[in-house]
Amino acid sequence: MMNKTDSNKSTVQKIGGFLGANTVPIMFILICAVCIPLSGFSPSYLLNEIVTRMGRNTFLILCLLIPIMAGMGLNFGMTLGAMAGEIGLILTADWQIVGIPGMVLAMILSIPISILLGLICGKILNMAKGREMVTSYIISYFINGVYQFVVLYLMGPVIPIKHSSLKLPRGYGIRNTVSLLDMRQKLDDLIPLTVFGAKIPVATFLLIAVLCLFIVWFRKTKLGQDMRAVGQDMEVSKDAGINVERTRIISIIMSTVLAGFGMVIYLQNMGNIATYSSHSQIGMFCIAALLVGGASVDRASIGNVFLGVTLFHLMFIVAPSAGAKLTGDSMIGEYFRVFVSYAVITIALVMYETKKRRAKSRMAEQLRLDQLKESEVAEQ
Amino acid sequence: MNENAEKQSFMDRCREAVADFGLPRLIIAGFLLLLFILSPLVGADLPTQISNTINRFSWNAILVLAMVPMVHSGCGLNFGLPLGIISGLLGATLSVELGFTGGLSFFAAIVISTPFAIILGLFYGWLLNKIKGGEMMIATYVGFSSVSFMCMMWLLLPYHSPNMVWGLAGKGLRTTISLEGYYDKVLANFLQINIGNLSIPTGTILFFILIALGIWAFLHTKTGTAMTAVGSNPVFARAAGVNIDKMRMLSVVMSTWLAAVGILVYEQGFGFIQLYMAPFYMALPAVSAILIGGASVNKASIANVIIGTFLFQGIVTMTPTVMNNMIHMDMSEVIRIIVSNGMILYALTRKTERAK
Repeated sequence: MMNKTDSNKSTVQKIGGFLGANTVPIMFILICAVCIPLSGFSPSYLLNEIVTRMGRNTFLILCLLIPIMAGMGLNFGMTLGAMAGEIGLILTADWQIVGIPGMVLAMILSIPISILLGLICGKILNMAKGREMVTSYIISYFINGVYQFVVLYLMGPVIPIKHSSLKLPRGYGIRNTVSLLDMRQKLDDLIPLTVFGAKIPVATFLLIAVLCLFIVWFRKTKLGQDMRAVGQDMEVSKDAGINVERTRIISIIMSTVLAGFGMVIYLQNMGNIATYSSHSQIGMFCIAALLVGGASVDRASIGNVFLGVTLFHLMFIVAPSAGAKLTGDSMIGEYFRVFVSYAVITIALVMYETKKRRAKSRMAEQLRLDQLKESEVAEQ
Repeated sequence: MNENAEKQSFMDRCREAVADFGLPRLIIAGFLLLLFILSPLVGADLPTQISNTINRFSWNAILVLAMVPMVHSGCGLNFGLPLGIISGLLGATLSVELGFTGGLSFFAAIVISTPFAIILGLFYGWLLNKIKGGEMMIATYVGFSSVSFMCMMWLLLPYHSPNMVWGLAGKGLRTTISLEGYYDKVLANFLQINIGNLSIPTGTILFFILIALGIWAFLHTKTGTAMTAVGSNPVFARAAGVNIDKMRMLSVVMSTWLAAVGILVYEQGFGFIQLYMAPFYMALPAVSAILIGGASVNKASIANVIIGTFLFQGIVTMTPTVMNNMIHMDMSEVIRIIVSNGMILYALTRKTERAK
């Protein structure tokens, strides 16, 4: 029956369906198409910027894929991993371990913290099934409070910090910015390569490729299959003998650990940590970028990640100067890009919820018809 | 043996009472009580502290009250509060722009913001009706998008009043606008009671009582009961012939309008209009305040609003002074973040109140 309706669809409907499914990316292509000429940036500058930002952000965005697979929606709790990564970096910065070894050590340090935070987050999300997103979003704020407590009050008196250059003048707590000068772009420049005047961070892209391969491989493993089953239908998977709660927790832990690695990569590119704000926006921007790539709350692919990161950051680069050219006020563009990020998330969430409701009402309708048929049969 | 059993039942009853009241709420109330006891001991002036708490209560109470209608109709916690705040801000800025001064400007602001609140509320309600079940997340993002959209508008809209625009450019509103000469403290100074260091903003509190009574009365009318029915049992409500979508729409419009009035009251107490990113995080404190007061995702009363706002604002005002005097360390910000978000988490994860 499904096939029949599919083949009956006219080309117009198909195109309509394609446009409907890809509203957000198409909107973004249009915005970029308008803004690029207005901004007046040269293609080589744009290419350079995009490649840099791709290297910086892609790893972080990829970590969102796993919870989506497990049906837990957009993991706003990826901020937790970002905080773990920052704590790892602060400690390595204090121990003055520089360059690649420092990065590796920071990643290793972030793992236990990420696992612990991911475990907490997963347990809480299991208590709030059906409203995972809003809960993970509040968890990110809650843990941010704990993070501030640790970094602002415990670092110094409880967790030893040797170098006063890291500490606030009062003697405890970490300064607002921690310089990572000795680590800055060490990974990006590990294998130098320049194409068309654009510096390509080869080593970073290699890491991203490894993660992509890992995700592709992981989908095929027993655990990956379990996660997809849980994402499809929790009740059915439970009957099939899958430990639903455990699978969901593992998916969140994996996402958190990967986000910790991603944050270390992100910050080595930036070259400094804004101790109290680096992580706060990261979740929002990563999620917006993923959605721009055409992902939805229950379905996202690696392709979505790459398309999203390109389009989203293209808009991010050109919007301020295009806005300045149009209105004579540079702030307009800044606000515009923030507005667009939020609007994209809003639109994607609304589309997902309406789709879910429509499917639900269709199912109810089907059930009603079936019952009607049954009663007719019974009457006969 | 018998005695033992009796003890057991007493313990059970205690546990039941605690579960009923909510452990986090008990801890928070105990913490605030401790702060009140500690404050004179560490050398803080208790009357000043109390009047600060009451003052802040009076600024915030209506914003918290704005949660009630939406919770009643089953739309969940109104994370989209910034949308209502924006209509309030439009009313405030237009009232100043149109040249109203003094107490009149306050009422002009309310009147002007009302149509905005109704229009935005209708749109917001329509959206929430399309996505029943996912209200809270989308409400959050509707709030965020509208705040960032208005950031552009504050710069672009043709405001001219020299008290509000940037002096140099002559256009674009300032980030904070002083209300001196307009409605600064217009309610607070009405019948203000001063006893030593203790001062009570009677007017603001009376205004809150007036609005709260209005809401209470509304919830007891036929429409109000229908609204509660929609929230507690939609299937029953539909069977009883209540138009669910219309009720939800009405509740959203009411919440939005209350948020608009709430921000105006907040401004008159604070003395400034805050624009741009200021409304961004205003939803979270209001949400956690009503939860601290004993509300849940689908149940909230006026008493919850009063208790919750008092507890929340009490902690926000008391911790910095007491902490500073005690250990010379200001941890209030961290405590505020953990308490308010912890409270929201607690409400979201309670098993009995999971989404139907």
